[in-house]
Amino acid sequence: MTTDRPETGSMPPADAAGGARPPPAGPWRRALQGLASSRTAVLSGLGLVLIVLATVLAPVYAKHVAQTDPFRSGLSAKILIDGKRSPVMERSTEGLGLGVTPIGPTWGPKYFLGADNQGRDVAARLLYGGQNSLIIAGAATLLCLVCAAVIGIVAGYAGGRVDTVLSNLIDMIWAFPVYLLAISLSIVMLGKTFEIGPIHISSSSLVVPIIIIGLVYVPYVARPVRGRVIAITNSDFVLAARGLGIRPSRILWRHILPNVATTLIVFAPMLMALNIVTESSLSFLSVGVQAPNASWGTILQDGQALLYSRPVVSMAPGIAIMVTVMLLNLFGDVLRDILDPKSVRGR
Amino acid sequence: MLAVILSRLARMVVVMVGISVITFLIFFATPGADPAARIAGRNAAPETVTAVRHDFGLDRPIWVQYGVMMRKMFVTGDLTSFVNRGQKIVPTLTAAAPVTLSLVAGAAVLWMALGAATGIIAAAFKDRLPDKILMGVSMMAVAMPVFWVGEMVNLVTQSRLHDTWAFSWVPPLGYVPLSESPARWFLALVFPWITLSFLYIGLYGRMLRTGIIETYQEDYIRTARAKGLTARRVLLKHATRAAIIPVVIMFGMDFGVLVGGAAVLTEVVFGLNGVGRLTYQALKVLDLPMIMAAVLYASFFVVLANAVVDLLCILIDPRLRRK
Amino acid sequence: MTERPTFPLPDAASPGAPSPILSIHDLRVAFRGARGAWNEVVHGLSLTVAAGETVALVGESGSGKSVTSLALMRLLAPATSRITGEVTLDGAAVLSLSEAEMVARVRGRSAAMIFQEPMTSLHPIYTVGEQLIEALCCHRPMPRAEARRAAVALMERVRIPDAARRLDDYPHAFSGGMRQRVMIAMALASRPKLLIADEPTTALDVTVQGEILSLLKELQEDYGMAMLFITHDMGVVAEMADRTVVMLRGDVVEDGPTAQVFHAPRAPYTRALLASVPALGSMRGEPVPLRFPAIDPATGAATPGQPLARQPDLGAPLLEVRDLVTRFDVRGGLLRRKVARVHAVEHVSFAIHPAETLALVGESGCGKSTTGRSIIRLAGGISTGSVRLDATELFTLPPGRLRLQRREIQMIPQDPLASLNPRMTIGEALVEPFLEHRMGPATEARAKAARLMDQVGLNPAMLERFPHEFSGGQRQRLCIARALMLDPRVIIADESVSALDVSVKAQVVNLLLDIQERTGIAFLFISHDIAVVERISHRIAVMYQGEIVEIGPRAAVMETPQHPYTRRLIEAVAVPDPARRHLRRTQPPSELMNPIRPLDFVPPERRYREAGPGHFVRED
Repeated sequence: MTTDRPETGSMPPADAAGGARPPPAGPWRRALQGLASSRTAVLSGLGLVLIVLATVLAPVYAKHVAQTDPFRSGLSAKILIDGKRSPVMERSTEGLGLGVTPIGPTWGPKYFLGADNQGRDVAARLLYGGQNSLIIAGAATLLCLVCAAVIGIVAGYAGGRVDTVLSNLIDMIWAFPVYLLAISLSIVMLGKTFEIGPIHISSSSLVVPIIIIGLVYVPYVARPVRGRVIAITNSDFVLAARGLGIRPSRILWRHILPNVATTLIVFAPMLMALNIVTESSLSFLSVGVQAPNASWGTILQDGQALLYSRPVVSMAPGIAIMVTVMLLNLFGDVLRDILDPKSVRGR
Repeated sequence: MLAVILSRLARMVVVMVGISVITFLIFFATPGADPAARIAGRNAAPETVTAVRHDFGLDRPIWVQYGVMMRKMFVTGDLTSFVNRGQKIVPTLTAAAPVTLSLVAGAAVLWMALGAATGIIAAAFKDRLPDKILMGVSMMAVAMPVFWVGEMVNLVTQSRLHDTWAFSWVPPLGYVPLSESPARWFLALVFPWITLSFLYIGLYGRMLRTGIIETYQEDYIRTARAKGLTARRVLLKHATRAAIIPVVIMFGMDFGVLVGGAAVLTEVVFGLNGVGRLTYQALKVLDLPMIMAAVLYASFFVVLANAVVDLLCILIDPRLRRK
Repeated sequence: MTERPTFPLPDAASPGAPSPILSIHDLRVAFRGARGAWNEVVHGLSLTVAAGETVALVGESGSGKSVTSLALMRLLAPATSRITGEVTLDGAAVLSLSEAEMVARVRGRSAAMIFQEPMTSLHPIYTVGEQLIEALCCHRPMPRAEARRAAVALMERVRIPDAARRLDDYPHAFSGGMRQRVMIAMALASRPKLLIADEPTTALDVTVQGEILSLLKELQEDYGMAMLFITHDMGVVAEMADRTVVMLRGDVVEDGPTAQVFHAPRAPYTRALLASVPALGSMRGEPVPLRFPAIDPATGAATPGQPLARQPDLGAPLLEVRDLVTRFDVRGGLLRRKVARVHAVEHVSFAIHPAETLALVGESGCGKSTTGRSIIRLAGGISTGSVRLDATELFTLPPGRLRLQRREIQMIPQDPLASLNPRMTIGEALVEPFLEHRMGPATEARAKAARLMDQVGLNPAMLERFPHEFSGGQRQRLCIARALMLDPRVIIADESVSALDVSVKAQVVNLLLDIQERTGIAFLFISHDIAVVERISHRIAVMYQGEIVEIGPRAAVMETPQHPYTRRLIEAVAVPDPARRHLRRTQPPSELMNPIRPLDFVPPERRYREAGPGHFVRED
């Protein structure tokens, strides 16, 4: 029975050139070739690169296209529409006409997606916010993977009491609902500044949500990593290495760790996707990114009050999140099929 | 068998104690802030802070503080909020629980039924059109933040299309107790249920599909086909039955987490006064005892749900019954 | 079992009743590869099976024999496979039937199938009874009580003891042999006209294999079934088949009555295959280990193998194992306390001399592999006793010294692919131990690796490659080369050739003998395959339930076995000679007892009597 993966791509075989044997393909190189030959992976990867690029160019957009500072409120700003100067905050036509409503999408360079209720350019904020969302999600992913790797590897490799203690700790943290754990952490972390040696972390710094989001998912990764470490430690090739008299430290570095790395890599895109959603949720609950910083989550929160009058303020970041997360998941699925077809299931 | 159950329950208790310690440490032993001042709330009078310090035994050693806290929470149940003066926390939480339970239970029925259907249909039509459509929708469902879906639903049903025939029946946001009017209870929860379950339908559908397809590689499926069972019977009785076990495990955990407060986003968006929204409001005024109680309640529920799921698994999977 | 319907068995020499049950004409099977290209693995196979006849389809791995069997039942995934040709099974044109017709007429009805892996072929979460009843009811709906009675009858028919009670057990409560009996019972549910048996005994122990083969033979006569028997084991073929079809890489190379195929093979490949098969008893009168014949693949002509030229040095023993005991604790209950103990190895003692091969034979679970691992302290669990290599006592060495000492005793594993790190090139894998033991500079390590590659018959240029790029036999050569990098004095070969194809197995065995002749290495050869053991060992130790029951010179143990278990083991082997069929007796099923004992269990004192010079037998 063949167990070949269904192939999505239609690239010509790599060894088509000449009759000679291709250079020996190591597992990593083969994984890369697999990614390159998968249309899904290439397209979703490309999409992600474009999103990152767009958010990186946020300052350029704000300065040269929108010509606005998206972090300063523009309640009294005016804008030229059809040769007519109109205020960004329009007097509401509904009800008694007391409230003001920010301008809707102009679909032009300025206020492309309209303004939020402080008169700031939503499109420019969307790009800046994306920057922060991606930075937070990326850094939190890294933090989570590092912590989970350390815990999982120590628990799995050391075994015995160390494993028992760490595993139970993982189980306990697992039992906290993620959002409540994040809320608890943010309560003790927000609203103060931390002085850890020379490092100064202010409460509005992005570091706070990064730490919170990075920590809450550690058990979700540490548990499978531990399982993988145990499986590899008991594998025939590690047994063979011990039989050959290889030093334990070398067995750990050369035989166990490189094979655990795949598990971590497989988790990265899925975790990144999860973190983007978590960031937006926490910011929506106002325990994530703090003013004056923007993120997709904070824009969603700003949009909540304008939901019925200016829904585009809510829709735009939501769609941005959806597209980014979908691309990450698509990419992650291919990556998992290539690196680790069986060991990571479900989410 | 009895030993297995007892051992699982014993572990549950140990985990619960551990969780209460961790929660306590997060709130009371983090450096850099006076817990008394935090419990008392923003800009509290010095007398209040002193009262708090005495009431919670904060001037005594830390294990005494832990004991006092646990007694207030579980034995006497007289933990009170200082921000919302004199509000008894335990009864408030108990009152909010049915709202959350209604929301999560209804959504759970929906997502289990539709998630299973999605997974089975997608697996049966692997790589063909129904599979591609279902998996595309699932992919979207998994990618959207729940509260955003809720907002979009509200936008359509409460505002944009509310006056059309399609959604004019949708009641305003908020919860109606089941005891008051079952019909209005149901109507008020229809869209919250759909919103909350959407994500999980996607997750479970994808998970079950993968599971079924992997199960089809197993030798026992080949046996079932070779003995002449119909394709439908092989799919439903042999493959799905084996693949559903991890889904059930997942279900228990998700159910526990949601009842324990992870439904906060849905509750906030739809204005349902459940445990999650209670926590959210406590968060806004920094009502520390309330948040801590909610977190503990939530994690206990998760631990309980996990234990129930583990025992359930022993029932549905005979392989786990050995020793 | 007294009344037995007599069914005319066709004479082995004249195949073919008038209308065959199964006729295959020009069957071609192709799979869609990773890039959408079709890859044909069966190229125009034709054969017939007459009613009541047993046809064996033999070949090595990759010959397409199993794919053929799945194609007959249309069990290959339609999206990735293509089957063409004509297959007529009991009057039905199988390849043109719809899926629904396959279910209604063919699968489990006119043809039933049993598979290689009894451990995984039953659904783990349904009881055996449910699965049997399902098989019964899906072809002939019947009331539940009646189906239950029929299921019990079937289980009794395949001699499962205590059938009525065991009906409600789950598969995990059955041993491998018992599960295969359940599979057979399920296949019999609809009284098929053809039974397709795909390597049904390959995963089983030799004594259990003998029982299952006899059972199949007996049932075939009772039910008047034809049988298509797929196997790689020439011994099983000789034992079972009326006619034999030999496949090589998707082609039929020989088709004829079994006696003729064995005694006058026409195809070079068949000749080569038969020359590579060790036949139990063929070593009678040979004083020393004998290489397998060298075979010219083009003609199949065999040059007789050379006997081993080097004699063991019977002075002081090189490796001396005394009173080796290895036990594992079984934990359970509320506090994970010890509740029982696995007595894997009990008071095992033996010695090996330089240039000598001691074989450790026994069935799965007898503790032979644990013995091997305990010697180099890789077994886990608790080991006591004494293992001396020359003057060094290994069991009291501190970990650091032990690591260095491991250089002297190397291991060749059963599964070479799993034993090679997938993320290291072969070159890295070979050089690593040499450098770790500071045996010389890196240039010297590379030179030695290249030299050893050459010695094990591989191109040194392949050092740059990764393990997945090699075939099974090549990988085992790599593991041998890796072990030789350290110039060991003892090699523990743990089922090292068991998983290899017959012809490759012969080559690897010859390679091991070459190495022994050249370097004087001592082997502890752990195997369940008595025919191979007979070929290469100087002395044989038979293990049963963690203990050695008989140990002595090869000729003495094989030709005058003393212990009843040794005799049973030797008798159960299927010999690749149709003239020597012997598995006709209906034996009661024997179950291997597991070695789990309560904590307070004290193993009995054992005494051994000397049956001949150096030949010791446990007194029971």
